[in-house]
Amino acid sequence: MTYVRPKFRHPALPKNELGYTLSQYEGALSTLCAGCGHDSISAGIIQAAFDLNIEPHKLAKLSGIGCSSKTPTYFLSNSHGFNSVHGRMPSVATGANLANRDLTYFGVSGDGDTASIGMGQFVHVIRRNLNMTYIVMNNGCYGLTKGQDSATADVGSKNKSGNVNLFESIDLASLAIELGASFVAQSFSGDKEQLVPLIREAMKHPGFAFINVISPCVTFNNNVGSTKSYDYVREHIEGTGTKDFVPMMKEITTKYAEGTVQGVKMHDGSDLQLHKLANEWNAEDRISAINAVKTAAAKHEILTGLLFIDRNTKDLHDLIKTSDTPLNKLGKDVLCPGNEVLKDINAGLR
Amino acid sequence: MLSSNSKVNDFVVRFANVNGTGSASANFLFTKSIFRMGIPVTPKNIFPSNIQGLPTWYEVRISEKGYLGRRDGVDLMVAMNPQSMAGDVAIVKPGGYFLYDSTKMLHANFIREDINYIGIPLMEMCNREYTDPRQRQLFKNIIYVGALSALFDIEFPVLEKLIAEQFPGKEKLIPPNIKALNMGVDYVKANFKYPLDIHVERRDLIKDSIMIDGNSACGLGAVYGGATVAAWYPITPSTSVVEAFADYASEFRTDKTTGKRNVAIVQAEDELAAIGMVIGANWNGARSFTATSGPGVSLMNEFLGLAYFAEIPAVLVDVQRTGPSTGMPTRTQQSDVMEAAYASHGDTKHVLVFPSTPKECFEMTAEAFDLAEELQTPVIVMTDLDLGMNDHVSPPLVWDDNRTYKRGKVLTAEDLEKMGRFGRYLDVDNDGITYRTYPGTHPTKGSFFTRGTSRDEYAAYTEDGDAYRRNMDRLIKKWNTAKSMVPAPQLYQEKNTRANGVVFFGTSQYAAEEAIELLKQEGIEMDALRIKAFPFNQTVEDFINEHERIFVIEQNRDAQMRSLMMIEFSANPAKLISVLNYDGMPITATNILKQVSQKLLISQEKTTA
Repeated sequence: MTYVRPKFRHPALPKNELGYTLSQYEGALSTLCAGCGHDSISAGIIQAAFDLNIEPHKLAKLSGIGCSSKTPTYFLSNSHGFNSVHGRMPSVATGANLANRDLTYFGVSGDGDTASIGMGQFVHVIRRNLNMTYIVMNNGCYGLTKGQDSATADVGSKNKSGNVNLFESIDLASLAIELGASFVAQSFSGDKEQLVPLIREAMKHPGFAFINVISPCVTFNNNVGSTKSYDYVREHIEGTGTKDFVPMMKEITTKYAEGTVQGVKMHDGSDLQLHKLANEWNAEDRISAINAVKTAAAKHEILTGLLFIDRNTKDLHDLIKTSDTPLNKLGKDVLCPGNEVLKDINAGLR
Repeated sequence: MLSSNSKVNDFVVRFANVNGTGSASANFLFTKSIFRMGIPVTPKNIFPSNIQGLPTWYEVRISEKGYLGRRDGVDLMVAMNPQSMAGDVAIVKPGGYFLYDSTKMLHANFIREDINYIGIPLMEMCNREYTDPRQRQLFKNIIYVGALSALFDIEFPVLEKLIAEQFPGKEKLIPPNIKALNMGVDYVKANFKYPLDIHVERRDLIKDSIMIDGNSACGLGAVYGGATVAAWYPITPSTSVVEAFADYASEFRTDKTTGKRNVAIVQAEDELAAIGMVIGANWNGARSFTATSGPGVSLMNEFLGLAYFAEIPAVLVDVQRTGPSTGMPTRTQQSDVMEAAYASHGDTKHVLVFPSTPKECFEMTAEAFDLAEELQTPVIVMTDLDLGMNDHVSPPLVWDDNRTYKRGKVLTAEDLEKMGRFGRYLDVDNDGITYRTYPGTHPTKGSFFTRGTSRDEYAAYTEDGDAYRRNMDRLIKKWNTAKSMVPAPQLYQEKNTRANGVVFFGTSQYAAEEAIELLKQEGIEMDALRIKAFPFNQTVEDFINEHERIFVIEQNRDAQMRSLMMIEFSANPAKLISVLNYDGMPITATNILKQVSQKLLISQEKTTA
């Protein structure tokens, strides 16, 4: 398999208002497992940035560590990227945003990166209402270390080793609403029709915009009765010397009308109940939004769509009154008080 | 026996107070009055990790000779705290003085035959004069300053002027303070022989020096150095670095009409987030710093490794305190040297600078931003509690207005336009330092992926062993380039003896210089070198090689700087003799003198045996 993407493009490809084609928003070829939900989300990000006419170099993409955090390599290759350390993307994004308020900041994280090791920073970046989009590609397990339960795995769910998760899961969307996030949405990686507009709205939102995207792990959530399980495949293959085998799978996709519940068959055979946003609550009322999420959860449904939005939000720069000129554009003439002032300071210290 | 004459402008006063009783400003008033009389003076706060109620001390050394280090032994104790009185009586030098509140009779246990007692009924005087309990407490402190002014012959107009300066716009407060001072003066004049044999006489030794604490100087250095983003988490003894930065920034970085600020200061949720923000801001082209202490540096290790490997500038002020773990949070030490030098897993090394004075705190903090951006790596300013939280007599701060910020190798859109393929980690100039771009520079050229994983010269992820090794070797090349860029050491070599050398750094400077003079008086000549930075400049290595015996003075248990020298240029451990101080108190000259004399004797016996 080659990782070089052919450079040739059809000359008649549609262009956005800036004159860019969709391909100019692409990144390197993905090295994630074939059929990974994360790749669908990357495609959604590419589409949303194209649709919004964002100049790729005016966007900075940041991530932590994990499968999901690898994805910024796979979109927007003309953007600066920062693959930081595990669970610490929010702090790096905060510093970057403070340095230059004129760029668009796009953060990608996973359920381990956010709900476990990075919970502290996630909580506080929400509090500060940093102007950024924060996507969690949520698959309920640790992919890169081969399938351990994450903190978003549902209680009672069975992992690849057959162990049943004993602990309550953390619901990131309702947590974000409770913590005061100014934009909270939830979606499914297989639902491009819903996901792309949500990403677009999130990027336009002038504060912290959170999207929790359920994104199935094809490799480590395929344990129940699968004919493509490791054991099954090993029994049917001889002499490859391959210890690990990642089965090829088709992405799970779904389409349904607004206001309906639809079950999606997951790779592991379980059903995921998706409840598309209907006008059953007021998305501009935090309490109403929380009620809706909790009510759905009680029925083992996952509410998707835009859950909550505060349109009159003030971001971190507004709150701490930083200059309109990005701080990284300020020179010595503005920043350094000079020696005459220092003489006065000295005089005051005698 | 010292003649009374030698006690002029040469003694130590210690104030024993209760934390939270307002003694700090009264004690500072005392110190400042000596300073204003042109006499070198060094105060040390010895305070508990507590807000109210525990014992706290303030020790002032007055030294005509200009010795600014701490000195052992107390000539006059101002004993205002019954809790600590037993210990306070015990440390007064024979022939010294013990000033106490005589409202209640002093317990027999506190009576020593060999010291002099000065009893002033402070509580009684306050109760008679004031009705408000808070005033009774606060003015008690001012009364003892008044008493001391008579006992030490401090010029009263100097005190009056200081009081006036203390309350600008609150002129109502001036007369009651002056009155309290006078109450102390009058009581001494009516009841004791004054001035004492230990007293002060006006001199002109201060010249244009200022009095400032190291943390304020670091904060101001960050303003002058062009820092625009500060992220921090409160921790003693570093908190006042960012507080000072914030104060100066609101004065010099705020648009008077719009109220908008050319600075962003964020109190982070922890030290991990603080350094993460600093790295994010620097990555995006803003000068950014944090201030912390040892426990914070421990937490920042992961990010420091990222910044080293991904080559992102960052400035960190480490105000060291007594470790390990929570240790003694309000006591000083130089025990983060190893931790800072090699912070994080894997092969990492960090640039350190070691200021000794507030002036150097100012200069080195400002310079750290240049170094960090030129070298594209973290730079850690290694100060300590003694330097950071105590006031010091310091030469005035100076800024050269022609100085420009050295932003390092950063490519502009025009640069990118003119060049071929951009390689973020390509060593074009063969000095180990590569070119970087800020996000948003050019639509199609110059973007790259910053990561903590290994990558090739073009910033593409790789697990190729050769590419990894090339990168690690280039980082060492950069490290070697840094040796000539960091502040050079200070050499004290009046007479090159080639036999004995002394090496020290940071706040050991004053005590070391004093000890060297004392040794000289005993006929022992010492060359000396003060380390100002890591990686070590070639001069440091030459100094070690040229001398038979090197005494390495440090304020930690494990002789960490000595270890650094052994690691970095394979210095012979046998010739590096440790002189250590690690009780949490600033090192003294007599301590150094004692250790050097003993070890010199042992070492000479070994040589002759």
